[in-house]
Amino acid sequence: MSNNILEVNNVSKAFTGHQALSDVSLQVPLGGVYGLLGPNGAGKTTLIRIITHITAPDSGTVTFDGRPLTSASTSAIGYLPEERGLYKNMKVGDQALFFAMLKGLSRREAEARLRGWFDRLGIADWWGKKVSELSKGMAQKVQFIVTVLHEPKLLIFDEPFSGFDPVNAQMLKEEILRLRDLGATIIFSTHNMSSVEEVCDRFTLINHGQNILSGQVDEVKRAFALGRYDFTVAGSTTALIPALMPLTEQCEITELPYERTRFSVKLLPSVALPQAIDAINQRAKLVGLSENLPSMNDIFISAVSRL
Amino acid sequence: MSTTSIIIRREYLERVTKKSFIITTILVPILMLLLVALPSIIMVFATGDTKYVAVVDDSGLVLPALHDTDEVKFFAATGSQSETLANDSLYGMLIIDSNVMQRPSVRLITPHAASLPVENAISTQVSKIIEDQKLKAYNIDNIDQILQSIKTDVAVQTIRTSDAADEEGENQSAVLAAALGGVLNFILYIFLLLYGAMVMNSIVEEKSNRVLEIVVSSIKPQSLMLGKIIGVGLVAITQIVIWVAIMAVITTALIPMLMPASIMAESQALSAGQIDVASAVNDTDLLMALGMLSDAGFMLKLLGLLLLFLVGGYLLFASIFAAIGASVDNLQDASQLQMLGMAPIMVGIFSSMAVMNDPNSTFAVVMSIFPLTSPMVMMSRVPFGVPAWQLALSVGLLLLSIIFMVWVAAKIYRVGIFMYGQKPTIATLYRWARMK
Repeated sequence: MSNNILEVNNVSKAFTGHQALSDVSLQVPLGGVYGLLGPNGAGKTTLIRIITHITAPDSGTVTFDGRPLTSASTSAIGYLPEERGLYKNMKVGDQALFFAMLKGLSRREAEARLRGWFDRLGIADWWGKKVSELSKGMAQKVQFIVTVLHEPKLLIFDEPFSGFDPVNAQMLKEEILRLRDLGATIIFSTHNMSSVEEVCDRFTLINHGQNILSGQVDEVKRAFALGRYDFTVAGSTTALIPALMPLTEQCEITELPYERTRFSVKLLPSVALPQAIDAINQRAKLVGLSENLPSMNDIFISAVSRL
Repeated sequence: MSTTSIIIRREYLERVTKKSFIITTILVPILMLLLVALPSIIMVFATGDTKYVAVVDDSGLVLPALHDTDEVKFFAATGSQSETLANDSLYGMLIIDSNVMQRPSVRLITPHAASLPVENAISTQVSKIIEDQKLKAYNIDNIDQILQSIKTDVAVQTIRTSDAADEEGENQSAVLAAALGGVLNFILYIFLLLYGAMVMNSIVEEKSNRVLEIVVSSIKPQSLMLGKIIGVGLVAITQIVIWVAIMAVITTALIPMLMPASIMAESQALSAGQIDVASAVNDTDLLMALGMLSDAGFMLKLLGLLLLFLVGGYLLFASIFAAIGASVDNLQDASQLQMLGMAPIMVGIFSSMAVMNDPNSTFAVVMSIFPLTSPMVMMSRVPFGVPAWQLALSVGLLLLSIIFMVWVAAKIYRVGIFMYGQKPTIATLYRWARMK
């Protein structure tokens, strides 16, 4: 048996008029944070709804924790949807208890855990308040607690940071990482790439209902980094530019202070790094060299626009 | 606890603990009874205001025969017209011409606003007096005794032959049955509309404030829908049971207490068949109404059927409204589709009105068996007596359509709750219902 907590195999789903997912497969290993990326309308939410057993795929299978996904699996999954709300006229405590009990916790157990969470996040005095009295950010905290309270093996957060102020977003990120350290597997769906770099180990990029890129964040970055370097040279560059250009696919020139110039290049596949260094050294003084690792944002944009 | 029962529990507790629920549940029966009692209460206050009318009778025939009532007291005018009218304690002056026998017309002169009770009293009394005078003009012997003895007020007591031969026929009055049928029909109308809309609103609310997606990640949409329908339905049953209990306490305990013992005894004797209507001393309609209301067996049967059709009708319409609620984003969009559920209820209440004129017409029978109108129409027929096979057929068909409708609604619901930003039509709903 593999150590994947979740395997999605060749899943397709069509709605009237469009194909939301076509033949998507992915494997989420146990533990860690898995990014589910893609532009708006790519099919992320549909995929999540299939994983959470809210909708059924037209074809393909989902295996959760070594067994086919059933409605019983949902008690081991916590899901914080992108579009989320609470019952407005219900008291915070009653509401949290309601959701906890829906996930199969006993009333006593649910209440004990909730009190613990409320204390830790500093919201214990909200217990008897109505949800309509809370701000959006406050309601999000309650939703977060409700999502994780039953200590699911798999946690799915869809755009979790939307609606949070920076302080609460930071707190939320720390809580998510803490849950990862406690052994939960986390799927993190977003189009905010900087948060992916900070927290995700692996990711899948979905566009137009297809899985277009999967892997470990650092491996993919390295693959995308191939041939990308920043050269910094001192002095005149008039002789250098015509010589360097033929070796590159892309070349971006930036004037720096102290008569320095930076060349951000992507070398042609046939050109090795020493060859480029020689070319520069013959015509100018090379004072700096670094490999240019692309941000996830660059990868995202280039992968999406490549199609 | 199963997830569905958690949903039921929430839906139920959310509603019955609301202040508005507690207030309406207690106030409505009291208000209804007040409404029924209002005419008698008004009468009590109205009788204090007796009007005095001075009479100038030039014919000499009318004044001696006029008699005082609670509203009007007559006496012979003493002064001139202007003097009499200047007297504030008088309502006005009645002038009867000497030729009133030939030209039946009298004048009432008053500085006050016209009063219907006074006009009625004068009109009926004077007419009667002139009629009597005309009869007397024929010079028949013992005319006074004859006039006295021919006064009659006929009461119709319908004895319905029961289906079971050994059962004795029960006393029945069509007026009473129609009134009771009307009340039952109205209760159903209110409950189906009110609680059907409640299910719809609650689904639309869940959808529009996006709590739905969180809920369905823990429970199947179908179970959520069923839990909601059952939870709201239990609220309806709670409310009606409380209403009926309050009414029952009042009718079985308060009526015997308030009514003079002689009337109660006579009512019981009438119900038991010991005496018949003709020999009853008190008003027969009142006696029969009392008999019906204090007949526990009859009321229990009625209550049982009411609950049966209420629950059945509710389940049918709640699932229609649930499907509608699931398919729209907000209440504004719901108004059009809502007609799908409301139209049959409207048809039901209007046909019930026709049914009360002839409870056993073909139209009445068909409407009381057709599932979408049967709860209301059947309930308005029940007080008149309905053959057992019709009841059974009606209930059976209702049951089948509930199963079908819940099934269809669950399919529409499952698709509809994730659809945002479109205004669905009946065709869309049909397509969703057919999705696998």
